[in-house]
Amino acid sequence: MNHSNRSSEAAPVAHPATTPSQTVGPFFALPGALPWPDGPEVLPAGSSGATLLRGRLLDGAGDPVPDGLIEIWQADERGRFAHPDDPRGTSTDFPGFGRCATGPDGEFWFRTVKPGPLPTPDGSEEAPHVNVTVLARGLLARVVTRIYFPDEPTANAADPVLSAVDPARRDTLVATAEADGYRFDIRLQGDDETIFFAV
Amino acid sequence: MPTDSIGKPADRLILPEYERDDASHPALDTEEYHSTSLRSPRRPLQLLPQHLTEITGPVLGHERVGDTDHDLTVQHAGEPLGERIVVSGRVLDSDGKPVPHTLVEVWQANAAGRYRHAGDRHPAPLDPNFSGAGRCMTDENGHYRFVTIKPGAYPWRNHDNAWRPAHIHFSLFGRAFTQRLITQMYFPGDPLFYQDPIFQSVRDPKARERMICEFDLDSTIPEWALSYHFDIVLRGRHATPFEEDEDDD
Repeated sequence: MNHSNRSSEAAPVAHPATTPSQTVGPFFALPGALPWPDGPEVLPAGSSGATLLRGRLLDGAGDPVPDGLIEIWQADERGRFAHPDDPRGTSTDFPGFGRCATGPDGEFWFRTVKPGPLPTPDGSEEAPHVNVTVLARGLLARVVTRIYFPDEPTANAADPVLSAVDPARRDTLVATAEADGYRFDIRLQGDDETIFFAV
Repeated sequence: MPTDSIGKPADRLILPEYERDDASHPALDTEEYHSTSLRSPRRPLQLLPQHLTEITGPVLGHERVGDTDHDLTVQHAGEPLGERIVVSGRVLDSDGKPVPHTLVEVWQANAAGRYRHAGDRHPAPLDPNFSGAGRCMTDENGHYRFVTIKPGAYPWRNHDNAWRPAHIHFSLFGRAFTQRLITQMYFPGDPLFYQDPIFQSVRDPKARERMICEFDLDSTIPEWALSYHFDIVLRGRHATPFEEDEDDD
């Protein structure tokens, strides 16, 4: 198909201002749209070392949010990212990304691995964690949180992020253990509101 | 001192940092958009340092994009109804650099203003030849291009006689977790802007304009489709990498 490119596109824009965020809306779950068939399967079923990470997305009244979208981003079990900006080099083919639309009860799930710890620029260490993006109707910008693991008490105690948050709310960032994995409920609002981060 | 799994010292990590631009974005709690009232966090957001998890992000390649995914008008046996349009532009960061090879996803209502979704009760016709979802990758210069149908406006129940201006939803990953953006592209001169609390949730009028595409005569395909140009700007990186944790306030 022939069409001419606009000549103005060739000129670099010095410092363009950013495009504002808008809600994902309630209808992101069209056929072929944001939820992918393999979205929650960060690892294929049957993979060794796979664990289930699941939870519910709840609003300020404690009601489930059935039209939300949860995305996760994490390192592999050795603490490595398949990404060119990981200065340690890319030596993993672990995709690290999962996406799951919430169901009628606000539930979401991922089949993934528990990540390894990560070095920080100042030489300390971050405890194993998963970064989470929450999108939904009624959220004009995504909100971000982290999932830490209940079987890492020593690493969690030394983690620079967990150490910096209000101790009374720290547990909102730590999953609970279940028979086949972990549970992490996300509360957008309320007395037990999950800690959300500015990134 | 921790070492990573291939034994390099971990105390020499020099990471880029992505600049925040809070002023351009809407407040999570926006009274006029009623759905925010139970869904927006009430506690202050905690500052998350940008470490390895934040400066990396999903690398989603061509395996996610089918041959016809960029053309929403050829995904069914027949042609969809409505005004055929081309939407193209660039994905840039706020340093003015293109964001190459990143996945761009779109979803939208059909020409009558109805989504192909079980929850959409608007009594407008569904088009059997239009699903309303597409994706493509930006090229090495950050260009993307979709062929689609101009979406219709539709009513919603936020306030009395509320209508959403015509819009196309966009999803961008960028290069890092910190660059992730969901936005909406609006059309120039829409008479519904003034009464739409989602559009108006962006308080800065100049920032609102950055969600409106431009009519693009140069890219119009004669006797076939009008064109619109929409550049999307993600957060950029600080010019100089830093070695220390930021310790400002």
